[in-house]
Amino acid sequence: MSLTAKDKAFVKAFWGKISGQADAIGQEALGRMLIVYPQTKIYFSGWTDFSLDSPQVKKHGKTVMSAITDAVGKMDDLIGGMSSLSDLHATKFRIDPVNFKILSHNILVTLAVHFPTDFTAEVHVAVDKFLAAVSAALADKYR
Amino acid sequence: MVVWTDQERAFIQDIFSKLNYEDAGPKALQRVLIVYPWTQRYFGGFGNLYSAEAIKSNPMVAAHGIVVLHGLDKAMKNMDDIKNAYADLSVLHSEKLHVDPDNFRLLADCLTIVIAATMGSSFTASVQAAWQKFIAVVVSALSRQYH
Repeated sequence: MSLTAKDKAFVKAFWGKISGQADAIGQEALGRMLIVYPQTKIYFSGWTDFSLDSPQVKKHGKTVMSAITDAVGKMDDLIGGMSSLSDLHATKFRIDPVNFKILSHNILVTLAVHFPTDFTAEVHVAVDKFLAAVSAALADKYR
Repeated sequence: MVVWTDQERAFIQDIFSKLNYEDAGPKALQRVLIVYPWTQRYFGGFGNLYSAEAIKSNPMVAAHGIVVLHGLDKAMKNMDDIKNAYADLSVLHSEKLHVDPDNFRLLADCLTIVIAATMGSSFTASVQAAWQKFIAVVVSALSRQYH
C-alpha cells in the first residue's frame, strides 16, 4: 500500500494546515495513548506524571510529532530518511511495532477532534497510509 | 463478564444520547469504504463505489450506515451481557454475510474518528477510553461465533 502522488499531495496540504499546532497535537496524541492504552506506559517507566498536561508528555509529544513532520518532507524515501531513527528504535528503545499503530490511531483521533472539517475521509486515508509508511520505516532495522 | 465503572456507563450513555444516527451512520460507513477500500467487497450490490465522491453520495451506503449504527443500540442497552446480545448477529455475519471479522475493527476505528470529529474536545481521553473499551467488546462479541 505504497504512497501515491495523490497521497503525498494530500498529506503535504493537510500538514500545511496543522503545522502551527503540531506540538500540541503530538502532546495530545501521546497523552491519549497513555490513558486509552495503558500498556504503552511500560516504555516510560521513569516518568512520574502521565496526565495530558504533564511536562514529560508535552516534551515527548513534541519530539515525536517533530520527527513525523520531518518525515512529511521525506516521503519519497522514508526508509532511507528515517534510517538513523530506525537504528535507535531497534537497538535502544526496542518498542514493539504494534505500538506505532496505536500511536498512529491516537494521532488520527486528535486530528479529527481539532480539524473536523479538514480531516475528510480522503485526507484520513492519505494520512493513515503515511503514518503506516512511517511506522514501517521506523521498524525497518528491527531484524 | 466485562466490568463497567459508573463513569464508563455514564460516558457511553452520554455519547449515545448525543448521537445523530442519520449523520454519524452514513459518515462512518462512507469512511470505512474510502479509508479501507477492500471493505467494498461486501457491497457489490450497492452500485457506484468507484470514487470517494460516489461513495459519499451513494444513497444505499447512507441507508445502510444508519442500519449498522443502530446495531450498536443492542450493546448500549445490554452492557452487562454484550457477548450474548450479539450471538445471533455474529452468526449472521459469519454464516450468511461471510464478513472477515477484522472489518469490525476497521469500522469501529472509523466510527471512533467520526464521533471524535463530532464531539470535538468533549471527546476527552477518559471518554475515548470508555468508548474504545465499549466498541472493543462489541467487536469481540460479533467475532465470537465464527468457527
